[in-house]
Amino acid sequence: MPQEPVRLPHERAAGCPFDPPPGLAPLRDRRPLTRMRYPDGHVGWLATGHATVRAITADPRFSSRYELMHPPLPGGPDGPLPPAPVGDLTGMDAPEHTRYRRLLAGRFTVRRMRRLADRVERITTRHLDAMERRGPALDLVEAYAHPVPALMICELLGVPEAEQDLFIRRSATVFDPGSSPEEQVAAYIRLTECVRELVVAKREHPTDDLLGDLTGTDLTDEELAGIGGFLLAAGLDTTAAMIGLGTFAVLTHPGQAAALRAGPESADRAVEELLRYLSIAHTGARTALEDVTVDGQLVRAGETVTLAIGAANRDPARFPDPDTLDLDRRATGHLAFGHGAHQCLGQQLARVELRVALPALFTRFPSLRLAVPPEEVPLRVNTSVHGLLRLPVTWDER
Amino acid sequence: MTGPVELRVDRDRCAGSGMCALTAPEVFDQDDEDGRVLLLDARPPAGPAATAAREAAGLCPAGAITARPGPEGGQRWSRPTPGGVR
Ligand code: HEM
Ligand code: SF4
Repeated sequence: MPQEPVRLPHERAAGCPFDPPPGLAPLRDRRPLTRMRYPDGHVGWLATGHATVRAITADPRFSSRYELMHPPLPGGPDGPLPPAPVGDLTGMDAPEHTRYRRLLAGRFTVRRMRRLADRVERITTRHLDAMERRGPALDLVEAYAHPVPALMICELLGVPEAEQDLFIRRSATVFDPGSSPEEQVAAYIRLTECVRELVVAKREHPTDDLLGDLTGTDLTDEELAGIGGFLLAAGLDTTAAMIGLGTFAVLTHPGQAAALRAGPESADRAVEELLRYLSIAHTGARTALEDVTVDGQLVRAGETVTLAIGAANRDPARFPDPDTLDLDRRATGHLAFGHGAHQCLGQQLARVELRVALPALFTRFPSLRLAVPPEEVPLRVNTSVHGLLRLPVTWDER
Repeated sequence: MTGPVELRVDRDRCAGSGMCALTAPEVFDQDDEDGRVLLLDARPPAGPAATAAREAAGLCPAGAITARPGPEGGQRWSRPTPGGVR
Protein backbone atom coordinates (compact mmCIF):
# COMPACT_ATOMS: atom_id res chain seq x y z
CA MET A 1 0.00 0.00 0.00
CA PRO A 2 1.73 3.22 -1.12
CA GLN A 3 1.76 5.97 1.47
CA GLU A 4 2.32 9.66 1.10
CA PRO A 5 5.57 10.39 3.01
CA VAL A 6 5.06 12.54 6.11
CA ARG A 7 7.17 15.42 7.42
CA LEU A 8 8.67 14.99 10.87
CA PRO A 9 6.27 16.43 13.45
CA HIS A 10 8.60 18.38 15.70
CA GLU A 11 6.60 21.03 17.51
CA ARG A 12 5.46 20.30 21.03
CA ALA A 13 1.94 21.38 21.96
CA ALA A 14 1.60 24.59 23.97
CA GLY A 15 1.06 23.79 27.63
CA CYS A 16 2.48 20.24 27.29
CA PRO A 17 6.18 20.75 28.03
CA PHE A 18 6.78 17.06 28.78
CA ASP A 19 4.99 15.43 25.87
CA PRO A 20 6.45 14.54 22.48
CA PRO A 21 5.11 16.51 19.50
CA PRO A 22 1.43 15.54 19.21
CA GLY A 23 1.77 14.57 15.55
CA LEU A 24 3.84 11.49 16.42
CA ALA A 25 1.31 9.38 18.35
CA PRO A 26 -1.22 9.02 15.49
CA LEU A 27 1.60 7.93 13.17
CA ARG A 28 2.83 5.39 15.71
CA ASP A 29 -0.68 4.09 16.28
CA ARG A 30 -1.13 3.50 12.56
CA ARG A 31 2.23 1.79 11.98
CA PRO A 32 5.53 1.97 13.85
CA LEU A 33 7.59 2.68 10.70
CA THR A 34 6.35 5.38 8.34
CA ARG A 35 7.65 6.86 5.10
CA MET A 36 9.12 10.29 5.77
CA ARG A 37 10.13 13.17 3.49
CA TYR A 38 13.31 14.93 4.65
CA PRO A 39 13.89 18.68 4.24
CA ASP A 40 16.58 18.01 1.61
CA GLY A 41 14.09 16.00 -0.48
CA HIS A 42 15.27 12.55 0.59
CA VAL A 43 12.49 10.05 1.16
CA GLY A 44 13.37 7.82 4.08
CA TRP A 45 11.61 6.63 7.20
CA LEU A 46 10.36 7.60 10.63
CA ALA A 47 10.35 5.00 13.41
CA THR A 48 7.93 5.68 16.25
CA GLY A 49 7.30 2.26 17.86
CA HIS A 50 9.33 0.96 20.79
CA ALA A 51 10.09 -2.45 19.28
CA THR A 52 10.98 -0.87 15.92
CA VAL A 53 13.41 1.71 17.35
CA ARG A 54 14.97 -1.04 19.45
CA ALA A 55 15.36 -3.39 16.49
CA ILE A 56 16.92 -0.74 14.25
CA THR A 57 19.41 0.51 16.85
CA ALA A 58 20.44 -3.08 17.64
CA ASP A 59 21.07 -3.91 13.97
CA PRO A 60 24.61 -3.33 12.65
CA ARG A 61 23.22 -3.07 9.12
CA PHE A 62 22.11 0.40 10.19
CA SER A 63 24.97 2.90 10.30
CA SER A 64 25.55 5.79 12.69
CA ARG A 65 27.94 7.64 10.40
CA TYR A 66 26.91 11.27 10.11
CA GLU A 67 28.04 11.54 6.51
CA LEU A 68 25.36 9.00 5.55
CA MET A 69 22.53 10.84 7.32
CA HIS A 70 19.93 13.14 5.88
CA PRO A 71 19.08 15.72 8.55
CA PRO A 72 15.45 15.26 9.68
CA LEU A 73 14.77 18.90 10.56
CA PRO A 74 14.82 22.03 8.42
CA GLY A 75 17.79 24.30 9.01
CA GLY A 76 20.38 21.54 8.60
CA PRO A 77 22.76 21.33 5.66
CA ASP A 78 21.29 20.53 2.26
CA GLY A 79 22.25 16.89 2.01
CA PRO A 80 24.32 14.64 4.21
CA LEU A 81 26.11 15.94 7.29
CA PRO A 82 29.88 16.28 7.61
CA PRO A 83 31.58 13.23 9.15
CA ALA A 84 32.02 12.94 12.92
CA PRO A 85 34.81 15.10 14.35
CA VAL A 86 37.64 13.26 16.09
CA GLY A 87 36.45 11.74 19.36
CA ASP A 88 32.71 11.83 18.58
CA LEU A 89 31.64 8.23 19.12
CA THR A 90 28.01 8.68 18.16
CA GLY A 91 28.89 9.29 14.52
CA MET A 92 31.07 6.23 13.91
CA ASP A 93 30.59 2.54 13.11
CA ALA A 94 32.61 -0.55 14.02
CA PRO A 95 35.54 -1.09 14.00
CA GLU A 96 36.57 2.56 14.77
CA HIS A 97 33.67 2.87 17.18
CA THR A 98 34.50 -0.40 18.94
CA ARG A 99 38.07 0.70 19.52
CA TYR A 100 37.06 3.95 21.23
CA ARG A 101 34.21 2.32 23.09
CA ARG A 102 36.45 -0.36 24.61
CA LEU A 103 39.07 2.19 25.58
CA LEU A 104 36.41 4.23 27.38
CA ALA A 105 33.83 1.79 28.71
CA GLY A 106 36.09 0.51 31.48
CA ARG A 107 36.02 4.04 32.92
CA PHE A 108 32.20 4.10 33.08
CA THR A 109 31.35 0.75 34.65
CA VAL A 110 28.52 0.43 37.15
CA ARG A 111 31.04 -0.27 39.91
CA ARG A 112 33.27 2.71 39.16
CA MET A 113 30.32 5.07 38.84
CA ARG A 114 28.85 3.88 42.16
CA ARG A 115 32.14 4.86 43.75
CA LEU A 116 31.48 8.41 42.58
CA ALA A 117 28.25 8.60 44.59
CA ASP A 118 30.08 10.15 47.56
CA ARG A 119 31.42 12.93 45.40
CA VAL A 120 28.01 13.61 43.92
CA GLU A 121 26.68 13.79 47.47
CA ARG A 122 29.36 16.24 48.52
CA ILE A 123 28.73 18.46 45.52
CA THR A 124 24.93 18.40 45.90
CA THR A 125 25.15 19.14 49.63
CA ARG A 126 27.39 22.11 48.97
CA HIS A 127 24.95 23.53 46.41
CA LEU A 128 21.89 22.87 48.54
CA ASP A 129 23.61 24.66 51.44
CA ALA A 130 24.29 27.60 49.17
CA MET A 131 20.66 27.68 48.07
CA GLU A 132 19.53 27.71 51.68
CA ARG A 133 21.87 30.58 52.46
CA ARG A 134 20.63 32.59 49.49
CA GLY A 135 17.02 31.91 50.38
CA PRO A 136 14.02 31.82 48.05
CA ALA A 137 13.34 32.46 45.28
CA LEU A 138 15.96 31.50 42.72
CA ASP A 139 16.65 29.88 39.36
CA LEU A 140 17.24 26.18 39.94
CA VAL A 141 19.06 25.71 36.63
CA GLU A 142 21.80 28.16 37.56
CA ALA A 143 21.90 27.19 41.27
CA TYR A 144 21.77 23.41 40.96
CA ALA A 145 20.84 21.66 37.71
CA HIS A 146 23.80 23.00 35.72
CA PRO A 147 26.67 23.19 38.27
CA VAL A 148 26.20 19.71 39.77
CA PRO A 149 26.75 17.71 36.55
CA ALA A 150 29.34 20.25 35.38
CA LEU A 151 31.45 19.64 38.48
CA MET A 152 31.03 15.89 38.09
CA ILE A 153 32.34 16.03 34.53
CA CYS A 154 35.26 18.11 35.79
CA GLU A 155 36.02 15.46 38.41
CA LEU A 156 35.72 12.69 35.87
CA LEU A 157 38.00 14.32 33.33
CA GLY A 158 40.38 15.59 35.99
CA VAL A 159 40.00 19.34 35.58
CA PRO A 160 42.04 20.90 38.42
CA GLU A 161 39.91 22.61 41.05
CA ALA A 162 41.34 26.03 40.32
CA GLU A 163 40.09 25.83 36.74
CA GLN A 164 36.67 24.33 37.40
CA ASP A 165 34.89 27.67 37.77
CA LEU A 166 36.10 28.84 34.41
CA PHE A 167 35.11 25.51 32.86
CA ILE A 168 31.62 25.79 34.20
CA ARG A 169 31.15 29.36 33.02
CA ARG A 170 32.34 28.48 29.54
CA SER A 171 30.18 25.41 29.34
CA ALA A 172 27.18 27.49 30.46
CA THR A 173 27.71 29.75 27.44
CA VAL A 174 28.06 26.79 25.08
CA PHE A 175 24.71 25.34 26.12
CA ASP A 176 22.82 28.57 26.68
CA PRO A 177 20.50 29.02 23.70
CA GLY A 178 20.26 32.65 24.86
CA SER A 179 23.82 33.34 23.74
CA SER A 180 24.44 33.88 20.04
CA PRO A 181 25.74 31.06 17.83
CA GLU A 182 29.03 32.98 17.53
CA GLU A 183 29.36 33.17 21.32
CA GLN A 184 28.53 29.48 21.60
CA VAL A 185 31.08 28.45 19.01
CA ALA A 186 33.74 30.70 20.55
CA ALA A 187 33.06 29.29 24.03
CA TYR A 188 33.21 25.73 22.70
CA ILE A 189 36.50 26.38 20.96
CA ARG A 190 37.96 27.83 24.16
CA LEU A 191 36.63 24.86 26.06
CA THR A 192 38.25 22.30 23.75
CA GLU A 193 41.46 24.32 23.95
CA CYS A 194 41.28 23.95 27.74
CA VAL A 195 40.84 20.20 27.31
CA ARG A 196 43.81 20.06 24.95
CA GLU A 197 46.02 21.92 27.43
CA LEU A 198 44.84 19.53 30.10
CA VAL A 199 45.81 16.56 27.95
CA VAL A 200 49.29 17.94 27.36
CA ALA A 201 49.74 18.57 31.10
CA LYS A 202 48.54 15.07 31.94
CA ARG A 203 50.87 13.47 29.46
CA GLU A 204 53.75 15.02 31.39
CA HIS A 205 52.29 14.32 34.84
CA PRO A 206 49.72 11.53 34.57
CA THR A 207 46.92 11.83 37.14
CA ASP A 208 44.39 9.34 38.43
CA ASP A 209 41.39 10.38 36.34
CA LEU A 210 39.91 9.61 32.95
CA LEU A 211 42.18 11.78 30.80
CA GLY A 212 45.20 10.93 32.93
CA ASP A 213 44.51 7.22 32.46
CA LEU A 214 43.92 7.52 28.76
CA THR A 215 47.31 9.11 28.20
CA GLY A 216 48.57 5.58 28.89
CA THR A 217 46.84 4.24 25.75
CA ASP A 218 47.76 4.70 22.09
CA LEU A 219 45.30 7.58 21.66
CA THR A 220 46.86 10.74 20.23
CA ASP A 221 46.57 14.16 21.89
CA GLU A 222 44.10 15.19 19.23
CA GLU A 223 41.96 12.12 19.90
CA LEU A 224 42.13 12.68 23.65
CA ALA A 225 41.12 16.32 23.36
CA GLY A 226 38.29 15.32 21.02
CA ILE A 227 37.08 12.65 23.42
CA GLY A 228 37.28 15.03 26.39
CA GLY A 229 35.32 17.71 24.57
CA PHE A 230 32.76 15.17 23.41
CA LEU A 231 32.24 13.74 26.90
CA LEU A 232 31.66 17.24 28.17
CA ALA A 233 29.15 17.93 25.43
CA ALA A 234 27.38 14.58 25.80
CA GLY A 235 27.30 14.46 29.57
CA LEU A 236 26.70 17.95 30.87
CA ASP A 237 23.76 19.38 29.00
CA THR A 238 21.84 16.10 29.15
CA THR A 239 22.16 15.51 32.88
CA ALA A 240 21.50 19.19 33.62
CA ALA A 241 18.34 19.01 31.49
CA MET A 242 17.18 15.90 33.36
CA ILE A 243 17.62 17.60 36.75
CA GLY A 244 15.87 20.78 35.60
CA LEU A 245 13.04 19.27 33.57
CA GLY A 246 12.69 16.38 36.03
CA THR A 247 12.18 18.80 38.91
CA PHE A 248 9.66 20.76 36.82
CA ALA A 249 7.74 17.54 36.08
CA VAL A 250 7.66 16.44 39.70
CA LEU A 251 6.55 19.90 40.87
CA THR A 252 3.64 19.91 38.43
CA HIS A 253 2.43 16.37 39.22
CA PRO A 254 1.02 16.49 42.74
CA GLY A 255 1.90 13.57 44.98
CA GLN A 256 4.84 12.37 42.89
CA ALA A 257 7.62 13.86 45.04
CA ALA A 258 6.95 11.23 47.71
CA ALA A 259 8.55 8.53 45.54
CA LEU A 260 11.82 10.47 45.56
CA ARG A 261 11.86 10.63 49.34
CA ALA A 262 10.92 6.99 49.97
CA GLY A 263 14.39 5.45 49.99
CA PRO A 264 16.92 4.39 47.36
CA GLU A 265 14.91 1.65 45.65
CA SER A 266 11.95 3.91 45.17
CA ALA A 267 14.18 6.77 44.00
CA ASP A 268 15.91 4.49 41.48
CA ARG A 269 12.53 3.53 40.02
CA ALA A 270 11.47 7.18 39.95
CA VAL A 271 14.59 8.18 38.02
CA GLU A 272 13.96 5.51 35.34
CA GLU A 273 10.39 6.73 34.95
CA LEU A 274 11.53 10.35 34.61
CA LEU A 275 14.04 9.26 31.97
CA ARG A 276 11.29 7.46 30.06
CA TYR A 277 8.63 10.11 30.45
CA LEU A 278 10.85 13.06 29.54
CA SER A 279 13.04 11.37 26.87
CA ILE A 280 15.17 14.49 26.66
CA ALA A 281 17.39 13.06 23.87
CA HIS A 282 14.25 12.76 21.78
CA THR A 283 15.44 12.07 18.24
CA GLY A 284 18.08 9.81 16.74
CA ALA A 285 18.93 8.62 13.25
CA ARG A 286 20.45 5.67 11.37
CA THR A 287 21.05 4.95 7.69
CA ALA A 288 20.69 1.51 6.14
CA LEU A 289 23.94 0.11 4.72
CA GLU A 290 22.05 -2.58 2.78
CA ASP A 291 18.43 -3.46 2.10
CA VAL A 292 16.80 -4.48 5.37
CA THR A 293 13.24 -5.61 6.03
CA VAL A 294 11.83 -3.98 9.15
CA ASP A 295 8.28 -4.62 10.33
CA GLY A 296 7.52 -6.12 6.94
CA GLN A 297 8.68 -3.03 5.05
CA LEU A 298 11.75 -2.80 2.89
CA VAL A 299 14.24 -0.12 3.96
CA ARG A 300 16.66 0.29 1.07
CA ALA A 301 20.40 0.85 1.34
CA GLY A 302 21.11 4.57 1.74
CA GLU A 303 17.74 5.43 3.28
CA THR A 304 17.81 7.31 6.59
CA VAL A 305 15.53 6.32 9.45
CA THR A 306 14.67 9.00 12.02
CA LEU A 307 14.19 7.49 15.48
CA ALA A 308 11.44 9.20 17.50
CA ILE A 309 12.70 8.12 20.91
CA GLY A 310 10.14 10.23 22.77
CA ALA A 311 7.26 8.56 20.92
CA ALA A 312 8.80 5.09 21.34
CA ASN A 313 9.00 5.63 25.10
CA ARG A 314 5.28 6.46 25.07
CA ASP A 315 4.35 3.33 23.09
CA PRO A 316 1.30 1.74 24.72
CA ALA A 317 2.43 -1.64 23.36
CA ARG A 318 5.40 -1.44 25.75
CA PHE A 319 4.27 0.77 28.66
CA PRO A 320 0.69 0.66 29.91
CA ASP A 321 -0.90 4.10 30.24
CA PRO A 322 2.26 5.59 28.72
CA ASP A 323 1.32 9.27 28.91
CA THR A 324 0.93 9.17 32.68
CA LEU A 325 3.93 10.05 34.82
CA ASP A 326 3.96 7.37 37.51
CA LEU A 327 7.15 7.40 39.54
CA ASP A 328 6.21 4.06 41.12
CA ARG A 329 6.10 2.16 37.83
CA ARG A 330 8.91 -0.05 36.55
CA ALA A 331 10.07 1.84 33.48
CA THR A 332 13.19 -0.21 32.72
CA GLY A 333 13.53 -1.07 29.09
CA HIS A 334 12.97 2.56 28.07
CA LEU A 335 15.08 3.94 25.26
CA ALA A 336 16.07 7.26 26.85
CA PHE A 337 19.75 6.24 26.66
CA GLY A 338 19.32 4.68 23.22
CA HIS A 339 19.92 1.01 22.45
CA GLY A 340 22.49 -1.09 20.62
CA ALA A 341 26.24 -0.59 20.41
CA HIS A 342 25.90 3.18 20.90
CA GLN A 343 23.73 3.03 24.00
CA CYS A 344 24.81 5.89 26.24
CA LEU A 345 28.30 5.34 27.55
CA GLY A 346 27.71 7.70 30.48
CA GLN A 347 24.36 6.28 31.56
CA GLN A 348 25.65 4.81 34.81
CA LEU A 349 27.16 8.17 35.74
CA ALA A 350 23.91 9.92 34.83
CA ARG A 351 21.99 7.45 36.99
CA VAL A 352 24.25 8.02 39.98
CA GLU A 353 23.94 11.80 39.59
CA LEU A 354 20.15 11.74 39.22
CA ARG A 355 19.64 9.19 42.01
CA VAL A 356 21.51 11.47 44.38
CA ALA A 357 20.61 14.96 43.13
CA LEU A 358 16.83 14.65 42.77
CA PRO A 359 16.04 12.99 46.13
CA ALA A 360 18.45 15.34 47.93
CA LEU A 361 16.68 18.38 46.49
CA PHE A 362 13.19 17.24 47.46
CA THR A 363 14.33 16.09 50.89
CA ARG A 364 16.10 19.36 51.70
CA PHE A 365 13.21 21.52 50.45
CA PRO A 366 9.96 19.65 51.14
CA SER A 367 7.95 22.77 50.30
CA LEU A 368 9.74 23.35 46.97
CA ARG A 369 7.38 24.78 44.35
CA LEU A 370 7.38 26.86 41.19
CA ALA A 371 7.76 30.61 41.68
CA VAL A 372 5.86 31.33 38.44
CA PRO A 373 2.87 29.71 36.72
CA PRO A 374 3.99 26.58 34.80
CA GLU A 375 3.28 28.16 31.41
CA GLU A 376 5.84 30.88 32.20
CA VAL A 377 8.74 28.44 32.65
CA PRO A 378 10.92 29.09 29.58
CA LEU A 379 11.61 25.92 27.59
CA ARG A 380 14.32 25.33 25.06
CA VAL A 381 12.82 24.89 21.64
CA ASN A 382 14.22 23.03 18.65
CA THR A 383 17.30 21.75 20.43
CA SER A 384 18.46 18.15 20.13
CA VAL A 385 18.22 17.83 23.92
CA HIS A 386 14.90 18.94 25.39
CA GLY A 387 15.13 21.04 28.53
CA LEU A 388 14.45 24.40 30.06
CA LEU A 389 16.25 27.71 30.21
CA ARG A 390 15.36 28.66 33.77
CA LEU A 391 13.31 27.13 36.55
CA PRO A 392 12.21 29.79 39.03
CA VAL A 393 11.49 28.01 42.31
CA THR A 394 10.66 29.01 45.84
CA TRP A 395 10.10 27.36 49.23
CA ASP A 396 9.11 28.16 52.82
CA GLU A 397 12.00 29.14 55.03
CA ARG A 398 12.08 27.36 58.36
CA MET B 1 8.90 -18.01 40.81
CA THR B 2 10.81 -18.52 37.56
CA GLY B 3 12.99 -21.57 37.18
CA PRO B 4 16.78 -21.84 37.09
CA VAL B 5 18.54 -20.29 34.13
CA GLU B 6 21.62 -21.13 32.08
CA LEU B 7 23.52 -18.12 30.76
CA ARG B 8 26.01 -17.47 28.01
CA VAL B 9 27.68 -14.19 27.16
CA ASP B 10 29.26 -13.16 23.88
CA ARG B 11 32.02 -10.74 24.81
CA ASP B 12 32.68 -9.86 21.17
CA ARG B 13 29.26 -8.29 20.96
CA CYS B 14 29.30 -6.66 24.40
CA ALA B 15 29.19 -2.83 24.34
CA GLY B 16 30.08 -2.37 27.99
CA SER B 17 26.80 -0.61 28.78
CA GLY B 18 26.59 -2.05 32.27
CA MET B 19 22.87 -2.83 32.04
CA CYS B 20 23.52 -6.41 33.16
CA ALA B 21 25.64 -5.44 36.17
CA LEU B 22 23.02 -2.85 37.12
CA THR B 23 20.12 -5.27 36.83
CA ALA B 24 21.62 -8.52 38.17
CA PRO B 25 24.75 -7.64 40.17
CA GLU B 26 25.00 -11.12 41.66
CA VAL B 27 25.31 -12.63 38.21
CA PHE B 28 27.16 -10.06 36.07
CA ASP B 29 30.07 -7.73 36.56
CA GLN B 30 32.19 -5.66 34.18
CA ASP B 31 35.87 -5.76 33.33
CA ASP B 32 37.64 -2.71 34.78
CA GLU B 33 39.77 -2.40 31.64
CA ASP B 34 37.29 -2.39 28.79
CA GLY B 35 33.93 -2.42 30.57
CA ARG B 36 32.91 -5.71 29.02
CA VAL B 37 30.70 -8.24 30.76
CA LEU B 38 32.05 -10.81 33.21
CA LEU B 39 29.78 -13.72 33.98
CA LEU B 40 29.96 -14.45 37.71
CA ASP B 41 27.39 -17.22 37.77
CA ALA B 42 26.45 -19.11 34.62
CA ARG B 43 23.70 -21.12 36.31
CA PRO B 44 21.81 -19.11 38.90
CA PRO B 45 19.32 -21.40 40.62
CA ALA B 46 15.62 -20.57 40.62
CA GLY B 47 15.07 -17.39 42.59
CA PRO B 48 15.58 -13.64 42.43
CA ALA B 49 19.04 -13.89 40.83
CA ALA B 50 17.69 -16.00 37.96
CA THR B 51 14.77 -13.62 37.48
CA ALA B 52 17.10 -10.62 37.39
CA ALA B 53 19.48 -12.41 35.00
CA ARG B 54 16.60 -13.08 32.58
CA GLU B 55 15.62 -9.44 32.74
CA ALA B 56 19.23 -8.40 32.08
CA ALA B 57 19.35 -10.63 29.00
CA GLY B 58 16.27 -8.85 27.67
CA LEU B 59 17.71 -5.41 28.39
CA CYS B 60 21.21 -5.96 27.00
CA PRO B 61 21.54 -3.41 24.19
CA ALA B 62 24.00 -5.55 22.27
CA GLY B 63 22.20 -8.91 22.39
CA ALA B 64 25.27 -10.32 24.09
CA ILE B 65 23.48 -12.40 26.73
CA THR B 66 21.57 -15.61 26.04
CA ALA B 67 19.42 -17.07 28.76
CA ARG B 68 17.73 -20.43 28.53
CA PRO B 69 16.04 -22.64 31.08
CA GLY B 70 18.67 -24.17 33.32
CA PRO B 71 18.89 -27.79 34.40
CA GLU B 72 16.23 -28.58 36.94
CA GLY B 73 19.00 -29.10 39.46
CA GLY B 74 16.97 -28.33 42.52
CA GLN B 75 14.46 -30.95 41.58
CA ARG B 76 16.83 -33.62 40.46
CA TRP B 77 18.48 -33.69 43.82
CA SER B 78 15.46 -33.01 45.93
CA ARG B 79 14.01 -35.95 47.75
CA PRO B 80 10.61 -37.18 46.82
CA THR B 81 8.13 -35.77 49.29
CA PRO B 82 5.66 -38.02 51.01
CA GLY B 83 2.74 -38.51 48.72
CA GLY B 84 4.97 -37.85 45.72
CA VAL B 85 3.88 -34.24 45.21
CA ARG B 86 6.27 -32.73 42.61
C1 HEM C 1 20.45 11.77 31.56
C2 HEM C 1 21.49 12.04 30.88
C3 HEM C 1 21.83 11.46 29.54
C4 HEM C 1 21.02 11.10 28.50
C5 HEM C 1 19.50 11.17 28.42
C6 HEM C 1 21.89 10.58 27.45
C7 HEM C 1 21.42 10.07 26.23
C8 HEM C 1 22.22 9.45 25.31
C9 HEM C 1 21.73 8.77 24.12
C10 HEM C 1 20.28 8.64 23.70
C11 HEM C 1 22.81 8.28 23.45
C12 HEM C 1 22.79 7.42 22.17
C13 HEM C 1 23.07 8.19 20.94
C14 HEM C 1 22.98 7.32 19.70
O1 HEM C 1 22.48 6.19 19.72
O2 HEM C 1 23.41 7.80 18.65
C15 HEM C 1 23.98 8.66 24.20
C16 HEM C 1 25.29 8.39 23.82
C17 HEM C 1 26.39 8.80 24.54
N1 HEM C 1 26.40 9.42 25.77
FE1 HEM C 1 24.79 9.95 26.86
N2 HEM C 1 23.18 10.65 27.86
C18 HEM C 1 23.20 11.17 29.14
C19 HEM C 1 24.31 11.40 29.93
C20 HEM C 1 25.60 11.14 29.56
C21 HEM C 1 26.77 11.35 30.40
C22 HEM C 1 26.74 11.81 31.85
C23 HEM C 1 27.87 11.04 29.64
C24 HEM C 1 29.33 11.04 29.96
C25 HEM C 1 29.94 11.70 30.83
C26 HEM C 1 27.38 10.61 28.34
C27 HEM C 1 28.18 10.20 27.29
C28 HEM C 1 27.72 9.62 26.13
C29 HEM C 1 28.59 9.11 25.10
C30 HEM C 1 30.11 9.11 25.10
C31 HEM C 1 27.76 8.60 24.09
C32 HEM C 1 28.19 7.97 22.78
C33 HEM C 1 28.24 6.48 22.93
C34 HEM C 1 28.53 5.75 21.64
O3 HEM C 1 28.24 6.27 20.55
O4 HEM C 1 29.07 4.65 21.73
N3 HEM C 1 26.01 10.69 28.33
N4 HEM C 1 23.60 9.35 25.33
S1 SF4 D 1 24.24 -5.44 29.19
FE1 SF4 D 1 25.11 -6.43 27.38
S2 SF4 D 1 26.34 -4.85 26.40
FE2 SF4 D 1 25.92 -4.14 28.46
S3 SF4 D 1 27.72 -4.80 29.65
FE3 SF4 D 1 26.15 -6.39 29.86
S4 SF4 D 1 26.59 -7.86 28.22
FE4 SF4 D 1 27.73 -6.00 27.73
